[in-house]
Amino acid sequence: MGERVGLEVSLAVSEAVKLARADVIAAYPITPQTHIVEELSQMVADGDLDAEYVMVESEHSAMSACCGAAAVGARTFTATASQGLALMHEVLFIASGLRLPVVMAVANRALSAPISIWGDQSDVMSERDSGWIQLFAETGQEALDLTIQAFKIAEDRRVLLPAEVNIDGFTLSHVVEPIVIPGQEEVDSFLPPYEPQVILDPEKPVTMGPVGFPELYTEIKKQQNEALLGSYEVILEVWDRFAESFGRKYRPVEHYRTEDAEILINMAGAMSGTARIAVDMMRETGKKVGLIRTRLWRPYPFDEIRNAVKGAKAVAVVDRALSFGGQGGPMCSELRSALYPLAEKPVVTSYIAGLGGRDITVENFQTIVEDTGDVLANGPREEYKMIGVRE
Amino acid sequence: MAEDKPSWKEYPMAATIHSPGSATDQNTGDWKSMRPVRDSSKCDKCGICWIFCPDAALYMTEEGFYEVDLYHCKGCGICAHECRKEAITMVEEGE
Ligand code: SF4
Ligand code: SF4
Repeated sequence: MGERVGLEVSLAVSEAVKLARADVIAAYPITPQTHIVEELSQMVADGDLDAEYVMVESEHSAMSACCGAAAVGARTFTATASQGLALMHEVLFIASGLRLPVVMAVANRALSAPISIWGDQSDVMSERDSGWIQLFAETGQEALDLTIQAFKIAEDRRVLLPAEVNIDGFTLSHVVEPIVIPGQEEVDSFLPPYEPQVILDPEKPVTMGPVGFPELYTEIKKQQNEALLGSYEVILEVWDRFAESFGRKYRPVEHYRTEDAEILINMAGAMSGTARIAVDMMRETGKKVGLIRTRLWRPYPFDEIRNAVKGAKAVAVVDRALSFGGQGGPMCSELRSALYPLAEKPVVTSYIAGLGGRDITVENFQTIVEDTGDVLANGPREEYKMIGVRE
Repeated sequence: MAEDKPSWKEYPMAATIHSPGSATDQNTGDWKSMRPVRDSSKCDKCGICWIFCPDAALYMTEEGFYEVDLYHCKGCGICAHECRKEAITMVEEGE
């Protein structure tokens, strides 16, 4: 039933890719993602993973090679971060537009300038609208599980879209955690080989990605969006099937001490672990605080979010990314929009924290909850606050 | 008439084309504003125009002249430009 080991989370992702029997890995190393593909190249070199490892000269090429590999029906994986993801930008849309089920791990890192190798989520938020399924892990176990699940979701004939597993750079990618490594046989029965619907085949030629004239383009984008929206049900199905096989349950939104909570914190990623500690501490002092962690970012879990906030007086959204000149945090914008049509809705406050590798401390979460309490008592102030910024 | 055109559900996924060579069905000839006209008395049948045409819109007739397939010719004028005999003139459509 699998083995519990102490393992660096990056290496657990590599292990997941190996267990998924990926056929092609094309990648370019970039901190803090490097360990994932370094380990995979070692596995291939040692003969432990029967895959083609394509060394490329840039992330643009990495994603292009992944598209090519997926187009001939290979199970395909890559990993990147920050500038690397930014360099992939145009090809990300090609992967989703061509409906190629590439799976990618992103070890989330800040974008330059100034140069920062440290973590935040501005890389993925810049690719929010690229048409990929986007998942956020909090723990190493989740990083491994989501990676295996991502292949099953992406390759489902009702979906056929690329999927991305986000793990916070360093705060998740580089930590060693106890992780259950599933057995190969269990994974094989959960994730059978990829059976593509259409492939590039000289015996049966097709044209992928032809010109989409104005009379066609809108219909094809509608098709693509329907597939992404429709992936929601498939994701739930895959998670149910995963729970049956491996005993670990996943939902689009994770609840922590939300029962009777008046103030909910909403965020994604590894720093939710600290939020949980802060919630416990605040609960001890009688504050009714809870956490709703967004695991599924695209497609956005509208109904789950609406249900999750029922009964709460306020939701404090903590973003590790800043939408310059806009409303502040991208996750907050989304949540606000999701709640807008509701007749009864909680007050929503927005906080930017944890940029470029800065910690979000327990005290920061306490400040956030106190500030939200203040908004509840005295009414709204500025659109959002940057936590811990020195004035 | 929008209602005559297929719904998004009817198109192949990602607009993939499953019939090779289907580009020949596309009427790209209606884009042009100028059309090439050959003066056979100047033409020495060298085939330069045929080689240079980016749309393979010229074909050889039995007499060895290169005839324009107006259904596909986009009127780019490359053939007229490359012809060393100045045997091709670009003429305004409609003239
Ligand atoms: S290039 Fe000019 S001369 Fe040569 S075949 Fe064409 S029309 Fe004739
Ligand atoms: S005008 Fe352009 S497209 Fe038309 S026949 Fe000449 S080269 Fe070909």
